[in-house]
Amino acid sequence: MKEPLTIAMPKGRIFEEAASLLREAGFKLPPEFDDSRKLIIDVEEENFRFILAKPMDVPTYVEHGVADLGIAGKDVMLEEDRDVYELLDLHISKCHLAVAGLPNTKMNDVAPKIATKYPHVAAAYFRKQGEQVEIIKLNGSIELAPMIGLADRIVDIVSTGRTLVENGLVEYEHIVDITSRLIVNPVSYRMKDERISELVDRIADVLKKETIV
Amino acid sequence: MFEKPLGMRDTLPDLFETKHKTRTLIGDEIRKWGYQFIETPALEYYETVGVASAILDQQLFKLLDQQGHTLVLRPDMTSPIARVAASKLLQEDMPIRLAYSANVYRSQQREGGRPAEFEQIGVECIGDSTISADSEGIALLIHSLHETGLESFQLSVGHIGFVKEFFIDILGTEERVNALTTFLYEKNYVGYREHVKQLTLSSIDKQRLLDFLSLRGGEEVIEAASRLLENDKGKKALAELKQLWETLSDYGESGKRVKFDLTLVSHMTYYTGIVFEVYADHVGFPIASGGRYDLLLQKFGKEAGATGFAIRLDRLLEALGKIESREPVQCILFSAERRKEAFLLAVEKRKEGIKVVLQDINGVNNLDACSDLYESVTLLVGKAGKESSQ
Repeated sequence: MKEPLTIAMPKGRIFEEAASLLREAGFKLPPEFDDSRKLIIDVEEENFRFILAKPMDVPTYVEHGVADLGIAGKDVMLEEDRDVYELLDLHISKCHLAVAGLPNTKMNDVAPKIATKYPHVAAAYFRKQGEQVEIIKLNGSIELAPMIGLADRIVDIVSTGRTLVENGLVEYEHIVDITSRLIVNPVSYRMKDERISELVDRIADVLKKETIV
Repeated sequence: MFEKPLGMRDTLPDLFETKHKTRTLIGDEIRKWGYQFIETPALEYYETVGVASAILDQQLFKLLDQQGHTLVLRPDMTSPIARVAASKLLQEDMPIRLAYSANVYRSQQREGGRPAEFEQIGVECIGDSTISADSEGIALLIHSLHETGLESFQLSVGHIGFVKEFFIDILGTEERVNALTTFLYEKNYVGYREHVKQLTLSSIDKQRLLDFLSLRGGEEVIEAASRLLENDKGKKALAELKQLWETLSDYGESGKRVKFDLTLVSHMTYYTGIVFEVYADHVGFPIASGGRYDLLLQKFGKEAGATGFAIRLDRLLEALGKIESREPVQCILFSAERRKEAFLLAVEKRKEGIKVVLQDINGVNNLDACSDLYESVTLLVGKAGKESSQ
């Protein structure tokens, strides 16, 4: 038996949508797949090995080649800037990156502070706008930052906007639309090209059907 | 702990032996093909070699000499060799074949897992613009890798000339080409396809641009590529690839190990023609790469075509996966009164090619540890005539 194709899956938000996309593409995934606490799941029938990683880490596993493929949000791809192929837009987990803050406020003139999980994306965005800002890296609950005076603005993922509303924040600028992507390690892309092409084609077929409907 | 700078690594005895053996195997093969090894300094001027090198500026280690000139630790070997060849060696109109095995330096900003100093073994064939030179490079690379015992690897060949012609032919201006090929360099095919959709082009041309991404595979790729691009320069590039394929068949190497991949572009911006990368199982990065760089020598004042390759020794060892176990070493433990006897015995054994450590017993605190460490221990202690072996 050939060695399995290793696929890095993001835990959390994107996981379910990604798993159901694979099922739609005709891959047999076991039912325990969805609520397992295991970090490595082997699916022998398909000769797949799934590793469950933090979404932000998926491109890292793929770049280093310990995973052949991965599913990662465009937000993560922009932030991490890894040397991997971005082969397919999976059109799942749609959301966007936005600048938000307390309503009717202006950024501090001297040293505007931006709290975010995405320091590179945020820095690049404000640089492009010609604004010099100071970035404060946070790991979660970013909405807190403007509410308690840590930052003037935040840069974060917005999907429905509910979290912003519930915390009395408003969106100021729309940075970029985000969906999940299928990414591939450059060596695997060549060494295992047949299996990867097959997988990509099957997923692409599902995506095509969905856009037609 | 005494820390090392980020990305700097020690090579301990077992790894050193493994590296040494692999380096020797490759070096011997390269010599057999008539390439001559040279060395160049680790430090070069930023203004010349630093700028000519295709390594990103932020990856260069820079320092100042006493006069305030900026120096760089060489980030690759191709530019220094181009410098030497242009200024010294390339006098007559004859191709020269040079080889090197040397450490190069590229600073790593992001994280561990990547060395900032690593060894490259490679060759440069300078002054020969024929496809035979390209084929020879690839064949030598494959032979060298064979010599090391590497079994599962694949070489992908692309052509920078074809890529350039293809995009300029469809898109017309340098600016539009750059806008699209940025996505290609970033390996962002999603962005590439979206960008193509937005271009004002005929649907046929759009399809040509999309089809480009699937120009990967065996000999049939050349056929497919020639359907996508019919201008003369593009045809020339494809003819070169076809000739390469045939020449490699003569070497007995096409098909098995070699595949075409016209989407292959390199961050090494000095490449102008055929380019290639080698991949192996269990290593996430290419283990070797190379290609034709016909314009680099110009930067050092000579017009000459050139091609070459470099093997990343660290990644090759990762692909080989085995660390040589230490070769057996014997030990002679002696006391002062039998030092001479011990010495003569050691000379005898070394003549036979046995590795022998000569150790004064007074320097050893733990005899058991000593006998664990060596294949055998000969004790020459006390009065002469009593030899015991363990």
